Amino acid sequence: MLHGSLLSGAVAMLLLSGAAWADTLADVAGRYAIAPSSAISFSVGQVGGGGISGKFPKFSGTIELDPGNIGRSRVTFTLAPGSVTTGEARVEKFLRSDAVFDAAAYPSITFRSIRVTQLDSSTAAIDGILAARGKSRQERFTATLVKYDGRNVTFHVVGDVLRSPYGMDVGTPIYSNVVKFDMIVQGRKF
Amino acid sequence: MWRNTDESYGWVTILFHWAIAILFLCQIPLGYLTQATENRPALQFELYQWHKSIGFLVLALAVPRLIWVLLTVKPRPLPKTTRLEAIAARTAHLVLLLLTVLVPLAGWAVASASPLRIPSYVFNLVVIPPLPFTPSERQEIFWSNVHAVLAYGGGMIALVHILAALRHHILLRDATLIRMLRPHRD
Repeated sequence: MLHGSLLSGAVAMLLLSGAAWADTLADVAGRYAIAPSSAISFSVGQVGGGGISGKFPKFSGTIELDPGNIGRSRVTFTLAPGSVTTGEARVEKFLRSDAVFDAAAYPSITFRSIRVTQLDSSTAAIDGILAARGKSRQERFTATLVKYDGRNVTFHVVGDVLRSPYGMDVGTPIYSNVVKFDMIVQGRKF
Repeated sequence: MWRNTDESYGWVTILFHWAIAILFLCQIPLGYLTQATENRPALQFELYQWHKSIGFLVLALAVPRLIWVLLTVKPRPLPKTTRLEAIAARTAHLVLLLLTVLVPLAGWAVASASPLRIPSYVFNLVVIPPLPFTPSERQEIFWSNVHAVLAYGGGMIALVHILAALRHHILLRDATLIRMLRPHRD
């Protein structure tokens, strides 16, 4: 949870700094490789309060923002579920096991955008196909531009994903069926 | 019929006895299975939740039962019971009575001390708050050992208790077991 509040603080600072620049999605158009400095954080609530939160340190992906039409932009993202960290070794072992990610059989989780919808000058909804544990389903994430320095771009990306469609609903209803993603995605132009 | 008399157990005592006995005896293999299914984590998680739920149910029954036992009369030992047998039986009954409270309490301590902080959501109906422990792996291991020793010890005493009841019923052909099955009708 401390981890969550630090992240929120970081997000707030980034949002403020982004507001100062007031860049729009059109201003930052280009092709980016998602940088390892990104933070792919998630949390799952539990009954009675609290829950599990963690990160996926291993990932890769690209962001292609179409300069003429943001709606034609594309996002691809792959993460290694086996890299999950939560600060508790037994929880990580459980998440990697066939009870949840089955990381040995399914070493990657992928997201491929199918539609990007601009919501305002700095925010877009990204609909795409999330593939995990042999199952695919359409999901939506919302990305807000928070920083741009001419070469590097930072987005705050949030989205809720149900566990059950991917056969990962072990532990419900003690643990929520909803995984909340709260990510800082940094891209470097290439 | 509901209360004990000098001669007979009443329904309250009988129902408490059998409900707790069945649940307690189911808990021992279930507890064992929670440790034996480490290579099947999803199943292990589910077994743990059943074990915890049943454990809290045992505690919820065992505490009022303990109060009931303290408040109600106990039927006299049957004729032909030796003094040694009466003392042994009374001691075993008292230890079992205490263990039906202490074993689930120790289990609650395990859940409370565990750094995993998995909520105790009894039968997916009610959240039982943790005991005021600072979670640590050391505390969790300590209480797990206490829980296991008390549970397996209780299981062994229960086995002796069952064998003694069967001895009375089959070999001695007295009413020891029968009077825990139904109240005596005068």
